[in-house]
Amino acid sequence: MTFVKLQPASQHHSAPNLTQPFPWRAYLLMLPAVGIVGLLFGGGLVLAVLQSIGAIGLLGERQISLIAYQAALTNPEFLRSLSLSLYIAVVATGLSIILSIGLALLLRTAGRWASFACQITLPIPHLVGIVGVLLLLSPSGFIARSLYALGWVQSDQDFPLLVNDTANIGVLLHFLWKEVPFITLILLAVLRSINPAYEMQAQILGATPWQRFWNVTLPMMRTGILSSSLIVFGYIFASFEVPFLLGSTRPRTLPVLVYRAFTDSDITRRAEAIALGIILSVLSLLMIVAYSWLVSRGGQKRQFTKDA
Amino acid sequence: MLRKSFIILVIVVLFLPFLPLVIWSFAQGWFFPQLIPNQWTLQHWLQLVSPTSRVIEGLLQSLAIALITTILSLLVGLPAGRAIGVMEFPGKEALKLFLLTPIIVSPLATLMGIQFVLIRLGLNGTLLGVVLVHLMPTIPYMTLVLTSVFANFDTGYETQARSLGASPLQVLSQVTLPLIAPGIAVGALFAFLISWNEFLLTFFVGAGRVFTLPMVLFTLLQGGNNGLVAAVAITSVIPGLLFLLLASKALENDTTLGGFGNV
Repeated sequence: MTFVKLQPASQHHSAPNLTQPFPWRAYLLMLPAVGIVGLLFGGGLVLAVLQSIGAIGLLGERQISLIAYQAALTNPEFLRSLSLSLYIAVVATGLSIILSIGLALLLRTAGRWASFACQITLPIPHLVGIVGVLLLLSPSGFIARSLYALGWVQSDQDFPLLVNDTANIGVLLHFLWKEVPFITLILLAVLRSINPAYEMQAQILGATPWQRFWNVTLPMMRTGILSSSLIVFGYIFASFEVPFLLGSTRPRTLPVLVYRAFTDSDITRRAEAIALGIILSVLSLLMIVAYSWLVSRGGQKRQFTKDA
Repeated sequence: MLRKSFIILVIVVLFLPFLPLVIWSFAQGWFFPQLIPNQWTLQHWLQLVSPTSRVIEGLLQSLAIALITTILSLLVGLPAGRAIGVMEFPGKEALKLFLLTPIIVSPLATLMGIQFVLIRLGLNGTLLGVVLVHLMPTIPYMTLVLTSVFANFDTGYETQARSLGASPLQVLSQVTLPLIAPGIAVGALFAFLISWNEFLLTFFVGAGRVFTLPMVLFTLLQGGNNGLVAAVAITSVIPGLLFLLLASKALENDTTLGGFGNV
């Protein structure tokens, strides 16, 4: 976001200059947040790794080996679960982004009540959304009943399976319903921060509406699109309750597979569950690395165009 | 005109899943293929307030956990947001990205690791244990919102007040806090809702003993009493909608959301 910073009005005074303190003050201010997140998230991850290699155990047993990872990677379901998780995350994020760009552009000039109504799913718990989708899309759901009333289907057998189906349509629709308002809200904030002079200039120079969108507006939304994709993709890839309740029973997504292995009556499968969980975490961490690479690459490109 | 009909279509689709929820919560024996139930009833709503359904208990536990989590993450997020938003220091971008990891990386492995310690500390299945793990997603969101608020905050006002003789405490209470109040409102909204809606973290660490509203809903969902499920679902939406309504003015303030567009 661009913003104009006003010069402090009283720089010649002896009052402490708050804008440029020594770095240690910044680190001190960061310490509580970074410390708690590091201790909980980082610490938890380290403990999980130690458990997965057998360095520590719930019952005090100790035997260091990589056998849990071998079990995780040779699990016949692993690859199918991984591809299912990726399929859901890629399709849901991609469609959400495209729809959100469209919706944000529509709402850009609409009134505040329209924007407000489009935020309705933002505070709704995923579980409530799941219940709503189940009661709406299941074979005896509200849509099937409406189609029956219209005479389009003769029984609940005629209605296509949209929940717990192999294509995971219900899961995808749920995520679209929940994430489009979230991304739209972010993109609207980005759009409002854009200087309209660029788009006007393009129009004056004879650009068609499509050219103006593709060459001017969209590039300026780039960082907003990238960062909301990262948040949404990460969330969907790691989501548990949505595929657990709405998704296909086989294959299952990676988080569901981890949970099933963790709660297996065979307690020796715990280490395998933790190993699977760590593989899941490493994959998401790789996403963050890829994201920072994409962003830094974009930064260089912008630099280049500025120089040219 | 076309633009307007598109927006209306989107709003209708977004509201659609609420329709069967509302009908089910008042329906008695709503069988396929009835479009509208033959008989209406208040029994699901009465069942909701009876102690056997444990809904009131869940509501109170959810509220307590969400409020404590929000206050704690605000206390931690304010200094961090200030540091990232106002100051320049080496490693800033890396620390910012590090703070975001809990909302992007799956918490499953971490949860299994944390559980190991919580069981030893006797915190597994306690309110405090659940609050602790809820801080993992709330602190990043809180910091993100407050960072962009502070980035648009002119510290010149503070300098001015200091030079006019205000004490640091006076500057904080009379200059800084009033100026960033909208940001605090949005940050608190996010933190409260994340904690209120959280399922997986509570499911793991609560060990069946911490019974928040999402736990009640999940348990009921296995039972198949659609009427009661719908009534509980609607109940768990109310605080979020109220909060959204209260914070809607602050949400329109772009400075509070800019941070999400630039992580």
